[in-house]
Amino acid sequence: MKENDTTNEMITGSEALIRSLIAEGVSTIFGYPGGAIMPVFDALYDCKDRIRHILVRHEQGAVHAAEGYARASKKVGVALVTSGPGATNAITGITDALMDSTPLVVISGQVTSSLLGSDAFQEADVIGITQPITKWAYQIRRPEDIAWAVSRAFYIASSGRPGPVVLDIAKDAQTGKCNFSYEKTIFLRSYEPVPEIDHEQIEAAADLINQAKKPFALVGQGVTLGNAENELRAFLEKADIPFGSTILGLSAMPSDHPLNCGMLGMHGNIATNIKTNECDVLIAIGMRFDDRVTGDLNTYAKQAKVIHFDIDRAEINKNVKADVKVLGDVKQTLPKVTELVKPAKHTEWIESFKPLYDKEFEYIIRNELYPDSGEIKMGEVVNKVAEATHNEAICVTDVGQHQMMGTRYFKFTQPRSMITSGGLGTMGFGLPAAIGAKYGAPDRTVVVFVGDGGFQMTIQELGTIMENNIDIKIVLLNNNFLGMVRQWQELFFDERYSETHLKNPDFVKIADAYGIKGRKVTQRDELDDAIAEMLSHQGAYLLEVVVETKGMVYPMVPAGGNITNIILGNGYKI
Amino acid sequence: MENKTLYTITIFSENAVGVLNQITTIFTRRQVNIETLSVSPSAIPGIHKFTITALSETEESIKKLVNQIDKQVDILKAFYNTNDELVHQELALYKLSTEKVLEHGSIEYLVRKYNIRVLEISKDCIVFLKAGHYVETQALFEELAEKIGVLQFVRSGRIAITKSPVERLSDMLAKRSEAEERIKESYNKTNE
Ligand SMILES: Cc1ncc(C[n+]2csc(CCOP(=O)(O)OP(=O)(O)O)c2C)c(N)n1
Repeated sequence: MKENDTTNEMITGSEALIRSLIAEGVSTIFGYPGGAIMPVFDALYDCKDRIRHILVRHEQGAVHAAEGYARASKKVGVALVTSGPGATNAITGITDALMDSTPLVVISGQVTSSLLGSDAFQEADVIGITQPITKWAYQIRRPEDIAWAVSRAFYIASSGRPGPVVLDIAKDAQTGKCNFSYEKTIFLRSYEPVPEIDHEQIEAAADLINQAKKPFALVGQGVTLGNAENELRAFLEKADIPFGSTILGLSAMPSDHPLNCGMLGMHGNIATNIKTNECDVLIAIGMRFDDRVTGDLNTYAKQAKVIHFDIDRAEINKNVKADVKVLGDVKQTLPKVTELVKPAKHTEWIESFKPLYDKEFEYIIRNELYPDSGEIKMGEVVNKVAEATHNEAICVTDVGQHQMMGTRYFKFTQPRSMITSGGLGTMGFGLPAAIGAKYGAPDRTVVVFVGDGGFQMTIQELGTIMENNIDIKIVLLNNNFLGMVRQWQELFFDERYSETHLKNPDFVKIADAYGIKGRKVTQRDELDDAIAEMLSHQGAYLLEVVVETKGMVYPMVPAGGNITNIILGNGYKI
Repeated sequence: MENKTLYTITIFSENAVGVLNQITTIFTRRQVNIETLSVSPSAIPGIHKFTITALSETEESIKKLVNQIDKQVDILKAFYNTNDELVHQELALYKLSTEKVLEHGSIEYLVRKYNIRVLEISKDCIVFLKAGHYVETQALFEELAEKIGVLQFVRSGRIAITKSPVERLSDMLAKRSEAEERIKESYNKTNE
């Protein structure tokens, strides 16, 4: 076992930690030092050639960067923070990673073990705080426990349904000496990451699909997490099944695939939502029926038989009752089902999606993407940027209207190209996640769309970008509003715009202060040129586009509503 | 209480720090109140057993709760039962004034009448133990309180054993060690 590393000399816990990380193949970590983690940073100083540490400007940024890194690279993201405030600053990112099943190992320093529980300086009950927001949280109090705890942490974070793990390391465990021997964890008695495949269920799924006249598939991030894009494509093509994607599932299949009917949920495409309630067999693949996808469960897909592919047992029947559950890793289960399904053609059914798309195009998309007068629209910017990158870029977003525009209008040709905060909806995610994505996929263009609100939640990471010359393209869609909240106020709170207007700084000047090239665009005819300039520029670039102040994201299914009751805006009806 | 059923949730866990916290968080999030809780080392060394009772209007909500618990890394197995599937007991201790008990009659009479054990007698007080279902220990409490007066009363959480002959944990452990062998074998093969 070549990743096993053993030594007979005594080394410090900190050295053991670094060697453990190296044994796990870690090459990049994001962090911020402080008293209780200093021994680890000291050990890192000797290993700069093996492990690159990116010094962020706030621990929330470290965790989001680790998330972006993990999602772009297929590897486990690692963040390193100090005790107390360092660890509590990491909480938002850890929760985000749990909601979006992102594999992370977050390592926090902790006060010396003899001081635990005494309200020592910068002590926080990190295990107590993080247990509900992690797959596993463990406090290490002895240097000799570091190797096995790290080994477990990586196994747990990356196996099965991935998620964040916290290792809280007391300072004396970092400084104390131990023998070192590293063994990869490949089994834990109490943890079965991938459920055994039940062949009866595979057959039952194939039977249902073979009988289906109007099958419809829902593609979630499970496909990406399982690296099963090819298996998915083979399955969908053989059985000729149209599909919609959750926002995290978006880049699992190319945007222009003939079976791709678009996005699901609150701001999803009309056809995918309407057809969910018309199909006869609904095939959920690595998705968890989030309420932003389903709306009111009592009116959701009641007519359909439901097949649910998932790796996580606890997701089956959690929100939507499954007639057939296909437990397991989709990389394994999909080909087994594909083998049993008969080649089919559902031409008429698939064509029935088209008029709904045409309506959406006419009522919403055309005006959003190709307006010829009036203020600049968010969708138009997203579309132009996607086209200018030949749909090959990684699209990172923050949270809000621009996020929904990003997910609706960016186009994808490659997997792992949509990095957004889906489950937690964390404003401030975008900029640091883009940093991580660039380290995770250095050869790809990384574009991040941010709003003027969310940008300012982690804007300090411009410092990280400056220091490390990180080549990411920041597109700030500035409406001088907390746009998504303003949209809800317009629709559901009688246009009472309580605390959603923002007086903003000169963002280009801020970028300039960080040595980052920036440009502000207010006119439509400058847009193409500015986008071209941004993409051809070597290094980070801030493109601020002043967009329509009171834009709306349509279509919209109001929260908790029937997914076929869709608001189209401007008085349009389906 | 009217439409609620009492469920007994049995959980086997590794003897890890903070497992109880992980379990109770899930009850809190899913808005299920814990009625009773009992924790002890199980028959298998290194494995702890939790027996928790909770009331719920729907089996569905208990099922989801148990799924979430079962999913935790340190949990070996979690399942739930209704009363008819279980043999279950609670222990209750009653402290009474010796003088008042003797005024009421003889101790032997009480022991026979209520099927209790005497754990402690001093000139000041007597401690009785009764094992039984909740209704039985509660009825005795009410009766003693009314007739004699109870100085102190305490009741344990439920402990329970399933009536079915299968021991779910040992089955599971056997399966897991088979899995372990398989996984290690294939890992060694791919890494040779
Ligand atoms: C940390 C956090 N706080 C609050 C919210 C609630 N929220 C969701 S969208 C939004 C507005 C975002 O405004 P902006 O960043 O300007 O983007 P826009 O919607 O205008 O595109 C807010 C406040 C959130 N999602 N995250």
